[in-house]
Amino acid sequence: MTGNANIKEIMLPPIRNGTVIDHITCGQALNVMRILNVNENNIDSSISIGIHVSSEEMEWKDIVKIEDRELDAKTVDKIALIAPDATISIIRDFYVAEKYKVRLEDHVVGLAKCSNPNCITNRGEPVSPEFNVIGRHPPQLRCCYCDRMLTNISDNLL
Amino acid sequence: MLDVTSPAYQKYRSSIKINITHPDNRSMDLYDKDVVSIRDFTKDQIESILDLSQKMVPYALGEKTNRVLDGKILGNLFFEPSTRTKLSFESAAYRLGCDVIDVSEMSMTSISKGETLADTIKMVDAYCDVIVLRHPYEGAARLAAKFSENPVINAGDGAGSHPTQTLLDLFTMREAKGSLDGLNIVLVGDLKYGRTVHSLADALTMFGAKLTLVAPESLQMPDDIVQHLEAKGCHPTKTADLDGVIDQADILYVTRIQRERFPDPAEYKKVAGTYRIDNAILREAKSDMVVMHPLPRVDEIAPEVDSTPHARYFKQAFNGVPVRMALLCSILGGEI
Repeated sequence: MTGNANIKEIMLPPIRNGTVIDHITCGQALNVMRILNVNENNIDSSISIGIHVSSEEMEWKDIVKIEDRELDAKTVDKIALIAPDATISIIRDFYVAEKYKVRLEDHVVGLAKCSNPNCITNRGEPVSPEFNVIGRHPPQLRCCYCDRMLTNISDNLL
Repeated sequence: MLDVTSPAYQKYRSSIKINITHPDNRSMDLYDKDVVSIRDFTKDQIESILDLSQKMVPYALGEKTNRVLDGKILGNLFFEPSTRTKLSFESAAYRLGCDVIDVSEMSMTSISKGETLADTIKMVDAYCDVIVLRHPYEGAARLAAKFSENPVINAGDGAGSHPTQTLLDLFTMREAKGSLDGLNIVLVGDLKYGRTVHSLADALTMFGAKLTLVAPESLQMPDDIVQHLEAKGCHPTKTADLDGVIDQADILYVTRIQRERFPDPAEYKKVAGTYRIDNAILREAKSDMVVMHPLPRVDEIAPEVDSTPHARYFKQAFNGVPVRMALLCSILGGEI
């Protein structure tokens, strides 16, 4: 980690245990919060959000720090759909115990529903929506059933 | 009782078997395959199907007979009304000796009781060797193919794909012009909801066609489809002015503005009757320009055009039979 990055980090209070989601595509922090499914009624720990934070690599980025929570694989995969460059740092006792970049697979299943209301996957059939990833910056997904592009990914996450 | 393993029967079978194999064996790539989208085909496979379709014409006309698919059963599942597609699949099957089972009234089936398409397909799959499906929802054929052991042919899924219509359209174009390469094709009408034009435009890019898309702004080709065409090297021209482009056309492909696809009747009224092909507008066209239409037409093409050399739409409708025969033969193998 560079010295500059350390300076940026201290803009948000450090966490003792939990997860730092960094390098979120600028403007997506609140959508990441939706994926984490946390609000004032269902969490007792602190959450810090940095929006439009200066970044050496990305120019501008968002950051979310969530105390006392580690993310499961499905949650990380959903974050990859809206923030393909995000990094996940698992913090234990103030130290970075693990750090990795989210990975957007070529084929995603069961993470989002098709935005086409006439797609058969929206009609109660026993299938999970499936998409092929045809673009990554920004992520572009094409439905494997109706062949339509998924519009507004964050609004269609499952 | 007929012994199908007897040498006499085998001799009879071989005597009626037509050569369904392309010289380089390309058509057999389709054996036991689903036909869901025209994107599933390579250019070679399309050409192979069109070659085989040409061989099927005398059989489709009843000038020659064969029962190469004797003993096979086609399950015709039409969840939406259809005349040409349903009848031509039936005709194609019967011309090849293939039996057809279908449901003539969907309201009398368990589908009306809320059965999922997946369950319906699993059930029908057990009763036949190939399923032909038309369904109001996009992606239905892909879903059916997932749940069916036997091949599924998409006969139209909502505003999505209609690959067999595309194949017969290509066959008609090639028949009229001798080749598909580099044709100047004008698509006019409902390019937003018209499923035939989506699949057709996709396929034509493989043959280096120059596409012109004529539609009112609200019915233009969806952006994601245009982007897909552009990614394949085709850069279609969009316009609302048919008069300005008709003189360059080799093929004028007209589609009906479909009332049933409009959520809002007021929107339909705004655009209905925007384009009408009549002899006056055809005076600007090349003498050998061909007018096609997937039918049914309402008032997009005046009846006076029917008797001109430009009209190809009824021949196009007939071509559904040899093309679907070729497809059934390729998929079912033609041998038992």
